Amino acid sequence: MLTKKPSEIDLPYSEVTPKAAYFDRRKFMTGLGLAGAAALVGREAFQMAQPDEVAHANTKLSFGKSAYSDKQTPTSLKDITTYNNFYEFGTDKDEPAEYAGTLKTRPWTVAIEGEVKKPQTIDIDSLVKLAPLEERIYRHRCVEGWSMVIPWIGFPLSNLINRAQPTSKAKFVQFVTLFDRQQMPHAGNVLDWPYSEGLRIDEAMHPLTILVFGLYGEVLPNQNGAPVRIHVPWKYGFKSAKSIVKIRFVEQQPPTTWSGMAPNEYGFYSNVNPEVDHPRWSQATERVIGGGLFAARKPTQMFNGYGKLVAGMYNGMDLRKNY
Amino acid sequence: MSRSRLISIIKAFVFIAALGPLGYLFAKALQNDLGANPVEFVTHATGDTALIFLLCSLAITPLRKLANLPDLIRFRRMLGLYAFFYASLHLLTFVGLDHHFHWAEVLPDVYKRPFVTAGFTAWLLMVPLALTSTTWSIRKMGGKNWQTLHRLVYFSAIAGVVHYWWLVKKDITDPLIYAVILAVLLGYRLAVKFSGGRRAAAPSLATGS
Repeated sequence: MLTKKPSEIDLPYSEVTPKAAYFDRRKFMTGLGLAGAAALVGREAFQMAQPDEVAHANTKLSFGKSAYSDKQTPTSLKDITTYNNFYEFGTDKDEPAEYAGTLKTRPWTVAIEGEVKKPQTIDIDSLVKLAPLEERIYRHRCVEGWSMVIPWIGFPLSNLINRAQPTSKAKFVQFVTLFDRQQMPHAGNVLDWPYSEGLRIDEAMHPLTILVFGLYGEVLPNQNGAPVRIHVPWKYGFKSAKSIVKIRFVEQQPPTTWSGMAPNEYGFYSNVNPEVDHPRWSQATERVIGGGLFAARKPTQMFNGYGKLVAGMYNGMDLRKNY
Repeated sequence: MSRSRLISIIKAFVFIAALGPLGYLFAKALQNDLGANPVEFVTHATGDTALIFLLCSLAITPLRKLANLPDLIRFRRMLGLYAFFYASLHLLTFVGLDHHFHWAEVLPDVYKRPFVTAGFTAWLLMVPLALTSTTWSIRKMGGKNWQTLHRLVYFSAIAGVVHYWWLVKKDITDPLIYAVILAVLLGYRLAVKFSGGRRAAAPSLATGS
């Protein structure tokens, strides 16, 4: 599975905090926090003092490590599970954590359709066993200008694609999210439903593109896209569809939700690109979640830092036009 | 208790209550309870509060006429100054906390990004109003000039709501609520102006408008 050495991955090693130093800092800050100066020390002290209290499936997964993992310390589970864009459960960031409890993740099937030799409907419990699970610690950059580091559990989507055996006509892959007003109280508002996203077939086959079943070693919480989602770390977060019920192989570029809502703001590709601004805000920098009130924004990297692994797929393309 | 004394007491109460949103933010900051993105939380909270105070200050004139409570005018300056206070905190959060005073990041935003342009315009229009908010300024400028200058508040409020509208990704519910309230408050003034109610529309210095 470890086909690439970590050194081939474009990671900002300069930013990596040695673990020992990090934990010492947290202890130090906890001390300060107890002394009543918590306002000045950022969020770490709080998280150290109060363990994550997020309701969580609490089902451990067994998994291996991956050389594709980022070396940065992951964002806290609390932040990852309480700051979500999942409009089916409300448009405020804290609403998915509050309302996604109504989502039923069993029974659950994923339909594989379209230009494949073996169309099939796979039960989620079979799907999760299709390949060995790995931990993939990925940077996640939202189009809104914030980022996290998330320890996903999953495996490359290519495992599923190979099993379905796409025909030569399969040029794109479409991912469709569950749309059920009963389970999703806010679905039906704001966007066109169901939520739909898409990738070019080579992007979908790329070893970085993963099917995600878990987070922090346990089953994925509902608000993060349970029971199965994708994550495409070099693209803006909205490309990574959640709670997937249908994967369709198609010849033409499929319609996708955000691009359909505002084509001038959200393109089909939506690769992270600090040089191509959103029409209404800059993409040059990002706010790192978990940095606290006084942290500076950090510069956004081309392809979210995964350029060495993915830039080749876009050779000769004008990334300003194909934003 | 005299009416005047009662109003002074209520004014003191409103003055302290208006610091509530700031106190709330400080309390949450001290407990590290500002959520996953504290800078965004403070930005939104100060922006919302500024708009709310701006709309409150604009509600004074219709309310005192419709409810026949002329004394409400004594609260208008304070509400307007609080709107400016929270708008300034909002701007300071954007420039300071979010961008660490990196002017090379902030300044292009002001002219390149329409929503930032609108927000900055809203704040800028409030500056002369805050500076001339004293009784001394009214005397020095003369009531009519002062009145004309202070009509800038209408444009500031419109720019503020537009700022919010252009900022949201797709869910316009919240900016729509502000827009409807602002439309009612400004619509009232237009209705008075065009319904021949010149006396009602023409403010006297003694009571303001």
